Amino acid sequence: MRVVIAEDSTLLREGLIRLLSVADIEVVEAVDNAEDLLRAVEQHAPDLALVDVRMPPSFTDEGIRAALVVRSTWPDVALLILSQYVEERYATDLLSGTTKAVGYLLKDRVADVEDFIVALRRVAAGGTALDPEVVAQLLIRRSGDPLEALTPRERDVLELMAEGRSNGGIAEALVVSESAVAKHVNAIFTKLDMSQTESPHRRVVAVLQFLAASKGARS
Amino acid sequence: MTTTFTQQVRRSAGDAPPVARYRAIPGGAAILSTVLAGLIGFPTFVTIVVLLPLSFGLAPLVIPSLILLVILWWLNDGLTYVHRSRLASLIGLRIPAARRPDTHYSFVKGTLVRLKSRSTWRQLTYHTLVGLLNFVMTNLLVAWIAMSVLCATVFATTWSLSMAGLDQTPWVPEALAIRITFTVIGIVAFILTPWVARAMACMDGILAIALLGPSRNRALSEKVETLSKSRAGVVDAADAERRRIERDLHDGTQQRLTSLAMNLGIAKATFKDLPMPARKALDDAHDEAKQALVELRMLVRGLHPAVLDDRGLDAALSGIVARSPIPIQLDVDLPMRPARTIEAVAYFVISEALTNVIKHARANVVQVVVTSDGEWLSLRVTDDGVGGADHAKGSGLDGLKQRIDAVDGHLLIDSPVGGPTHILAELPCAS
Repeated sequence: MRVVIAEDSTLLREGLIRLLSVADIEVVEAVDNAEDLLRAVEQHAPDLALVDVRMPPSFTDEGIRAALVVRSTWPDVALLILSQYVEERYATDLLSGTTKAVGYLLKDRVADVEDFIVALRRVAAGGTALDPEVVAQLLIRRSGDPLEALTPRERDVLELMAEGRSNGGIAEALVVSESAVAKHVNAIFTKLDMSQTESPHRRVVAVLQFLAASKGARS
Repeated sequence: MTTTFTQQVRRSAGDAPPVARYRAIPGGAAILSTVLAGLIGFPTFVTIVVLLPLSFGLAPLVIPSLILLVILWWLNDGLTYVHRSRLASLIGLRIPAARRPDTHYSFVKGTLVRLKSRSTWRQLTYHTLVGLLNFVMTNLLVAWIAMSVLCATVFATTWSLSMAGLDQTPWVPEALAIRITFTVIGIVAFILTPWVARAMACMDGILAIALLGPSRNRALSEKVETLSKSRAGVVDAADAERRRIERDLHDGTQQRLTSLAMNLGIAKATFKDLPMPARKALDDAHDEAKQALVELRMLVRGLHPAVLDDRGLDAALSGIVARSPIPIQLDVDLPMRPARTIEAVAYFVISEALTNVIKHARANVVQVVVTSDGEWLSLRVTDDGVGGADHAKGSGLDGLKQRIDAVDGHLLIDSPVGGPTHILAELPCAS
């Protein structure tokens, strides 16, 4: 797998390179600003771009904006965004339209090296990796809609589902059997009036589309 | 003479206009000042009393009326200058200048502006009044001095002459007692002259301060204006400081700590077969680093979340809400974004209020409603907790109140013991 890194802090950039090399992932170039990121992506056509949100010159949301450009110009490049703070609004920008091969994680998550690499590989393979904090923000803002019909357990399952996990992953996280998870998932889809699909990625799309729709209805 | 007339100028913070004050007046200078004012005053009085009604009487004939008014303004300016100079050089009273109307207007506009200017009319009133008053006072003073000198000398002479048996002044009462009394009165009156003159100069000074200087209302309102400006500056500076600290922590400490946690993570992932104590130490260090990261993230976010500048209150608040251990219903309905400082205060207020709720209220559900009518930004935080919150008790609510006061907002807390608690904060949308 070939990766381009955009991160303005030298310390973290070097750390990420080391981290990926430990996992046998090739870093083709590491840059420190959004412009160089676009150039590097064009030049190397990597499998995935690992992008920091806040970068020079304005230190606000350059990373997100650059990521949107990457996605519209080179749709085959998977995107994993890293941010010091996970903000639902940035995630919403990123997830509008497609939710294929996209991730948005808190920088803290890189500390759990193995989980991080798993999430990165999932995104590179076309899946999703949403930070639990983003998912929590997305879910909390949808109060007063059909989500309220969900039991607390079903909410937990929906959150994990929205992160991009498979039934197996959810079962592991909640310490329950996979069949129990499957039952919850069916209950959720019934309550949210969604068609059943088996691909974990399609499930995230469904969840996010539902969230986006209910957001539109709310405002 | 031990008395001196000094002016105390108290300069307050900023450039608020100074206020004239006086303590005492030198007697000789007081006499001179009063007499001079009388000499200038009477012709002034006559001129104004003639010119003013004339210029209004000629109002239908626009041009002559305007010319007369302009002559009057010139006269007014000149006289104001003369009197201020007189008071300053003779009795040391420096009167702060009243704000003059701007001079860049056209002839007619300038005249109209001055016609409406209160300071012009106050100055004209001074010149009219002082003309009349000082004319009377000067006459009184001259009479006082003349009479006292006359009494002292004439009666003393006649008295000493009669003592010598050479009484040849039939127009003076015969009785010795009367002659002595008048002599004493004359001497005393002469000695008192400086005080009398001083009293007169004081009246003149009081009148000048009241009418030539800036009015008290104007002075106070200018002071309020200056103070509001400097306070807004302080609030903005504090806000900028918070942003700077947030940036510094974000660019420095947070990156360093993330890097540390990541390296520990790499070490953990790499050395799977470490001996138990080393393994345990590495695990602990990794956990500590991660915990420190979370704490620092919360702290920095509380200072000033970057998303607040970027996406506004709704986005920033949804971040707090997502991390809350208590379910929070958030409802933000803002037609447009308030000023940045106000936004920062609003974020702080809600974040503090929610921290309080989480710490103390034992609530099951919290409701946060943010609305705006274009003029005021209303923040409502309602919880179903145990109540009893009171900002007078020095809790976190105290800091809330200070921060709200600093932008001229209001805070209303209704929290009976037993609950529920309603907190309503209103902030002006523009700052």
